[in-house]
Amino acid sequence: MARIFAYIVHKVGVADDSATELVAAAKKIDPAASPTAIVTGCGADLDAVCSTLRSSYSEVWKIAHETLAYPNAELIRKALVKVLPQGSILLVAHEHFGIDLAPGLSIKLNSTFVSDVLVIEGVDGVTLRVVRQEFGGQVSTHVRCDISSGAVITVRPGAFKPLESAPASGSVVDKSSEIGVLVARRRYLETVVAEAGDVDITKHSVLVSIGRGIQEKDNVAIAQELADALGAAVSCSRPVVDAKWLEKSRQVGTSGKTVKPKVYLACGISGAFQHLAGIKGNPFIVAINKNPKAPIFQVADVGIVDDLLEFLPEFTNKVREMRTVSAK
Amino acid sequence: MEILVCARRVPDTSENEIELNSAGNDIERDDLVYSINEWDNYAVEEALQIVARVGGNVTVVTVGGEDDEEILRREMAMGANHGVLISDDAFRGSDGRGLATILAVFVRKGPYDLILTGVQAEDGGAQVGGMLAALLDYPFASLVNSVEVLDGKLKVSREIAGGNKEINEIDLPCVLSIQTGINEPRYVGMRGIRQVASIPIPTPSASDLGIDPATVGQAAAKVKRVDYFVPALGKGAEMLQGSREENIDKLLELVAAKGGLK
Ligand SMILES: Cc1cc2nc3c(=O)[nH]c(=O)nc-3n(C[C@H](O)[C@H](O)[C@H](O)COP(=O)(O)OP(=O)(O)OC[C@H]3O[C@@H](n4cnc5c(N)ncnc54)[C@H](O)[C@@H]3O)c2cc1C
Repeated sequence: MARIFAYIVHKVGVADDSATELVAAAKKIDPAASPTAIVTGCGADLDAVCSTLRSSYSEVWKIAHETLAYPNAELIRKALVKVLPQGSILLVAHEHFGIDLAPGLSIKLNSTFVSDVLVIEGVDGVTLRVVRQEFGGQVSTHVRCDISSGAVITVRPGAFKPLESAPASGSVVDKSSEIGVLVARRRYLETVVAEAGDVDITKHSVLVSIGRGIQEKDNVAIAQELADALGAAVSCSRPVVDAKWLEKSRQVGTSGKTVKPKVYLACGISGAFQHLAGIKGNPFIVAINKNPKAPIFQVADVGIVDDLLEFLPEFTNKVREMRTVSAK
Repeated sequence: MEILVCARRVPDTSENEIELNSAGNDIERDDLVYSINEWDNYAVEEALQIVARVGGNVTVVTVGGEDDEEILRREMAMGANHGVLISDDAFRGSDGRGLATILAVFVRKGPYDLILTGVQAEDGGAQVGGMLAALLDYPFASLVNSVEVLDGKLKVSREIAGGNKEINEIDLPCVLSIQTGINEPRYVGMRGIRQVASIPIPTPSASDLGIDPATVGQAAAKVKRVDYFVPALGKGAEMLQGSREENIDKLLELVAAKGGLK
């Protein structure tokens, strides 16, 4: 079996949650595997990450270089091509860095690329069997991958539960001298932090969240009226922001905000993983969707199959009615 | 600037409920509404806006069959100068790498300074742009949500976690994968589509492009989908099955109990 590596994303000296998830994914490929972590960066932050990774990996490859201070996928790809043994399997989280790195890396390594894997069923000979999703999670597929010349695999964040087994006490191997001079044709300039909006959805305990099912800008008022009646705020999924119906600061998800409400009303939201990843703290989730097969119903606590444009105004009226009754 | 946009025709998930066919080996494709992949439409709009600022041409290319021509016409109605349908039975069943291989050959034969793809299509693979760049040995940026043209290079912003933006400079020629929301794609009416209906669309084949059929298609694919299925629900939601009035009453009760009324 090929040697398995996990590229670990980190920030300000802290390894991403995927660090432990990738160990679990590696064990699904080969239960006997003891995967090797690879981390790039420089300075004290990098050392801090290496020392935490020693508790979940038996070996940690450290690649330190000033040019790697910011994770530029082009430079890291070149470094990985230099250090990875032929035929290796490399795992990386399917998020903005993995998406940037992995497809091109697979070409340069001449290995197979497998994207956004949710389940690893096992390996038969040189065939890796995995489960992926298509159509925004509406359907899943069994996929067979020929990994005879190695593989680069991006793994869905949160899909693999970290193992509870005894921690390792791995060694750190410094590979920095093997990468040579790296030159990039894409250069990192700066990070621009998202602007704060008029409403801070991360501070609200009740959210009326709308998706593409709201259909047009004028209908946003329907959700706002319900939110006003409940004492909640309106948040949304990405297409609502893309269409400029609400500000970016209202978006829940990987490329938006992480919210921790008590109650989350998902109205006309299908339940894509990038959206769900922004809902934390195990809230009571209500899904209102006209499609009974929408994936959101798999994660919601309560579901209603209905047209939100009709349901929400009637619900708002009921809430108002109840308020007047209880005020008397 | 000569810009090539790689696009694909896909079942429109906002218009369709995706269901399995009775054999379970595919989705039910009868009655599906197809459209251009959402991400690709933003890519074409971005290309048109760049050309409006700095001059040049926009070509939209897709790998597929005759049904796929409709998206090329649609994007030409938006303003793209050319459409190209790369088509050959040998391309059937190509995986991401196969598609990137075909597109790379096409790019090398053309004058393109900038190649755009969508971030991903209906399979969520997010792979063709990055592979294409690597095959061409061009620099690449994924998840791009703004583009500014400088001298011999671009300033692009990438979408990273939490709505933050990573600003980069990237040398031309390059490949970018375009994220939704980068612009507001213009509307296309039936009239616009009729106006471009008679413009010829070249349909180069594998041999026209000099592509070895053994390097693409089903035979070369290392990643193969075996079937489609709908996973058994976990716990799943408690579905309220009453009339709308009953559902509203029940929901109000539940929401109030969970602290949803402030
Ligand atoms: C890198 C990357 C980052 C992303 N980041 C995010 C993110 O941060 N947040 C995010 O939300 N998405 C994000 N996405 C997009 C995500 O993949 C989905 O495309 C998006 O979440 C879908 O939004 P939606 O559910 O509103 O729309 P759709 O998937 O189109 O679903 C609309 C739903 O509305 C229902 N509906 C339609 N009309 C009605 C009606 N009248 N009444 C009731 N129901 C109705 C439909 O049945 C459907 O289920 C990201 C994607 C990528 C590639």
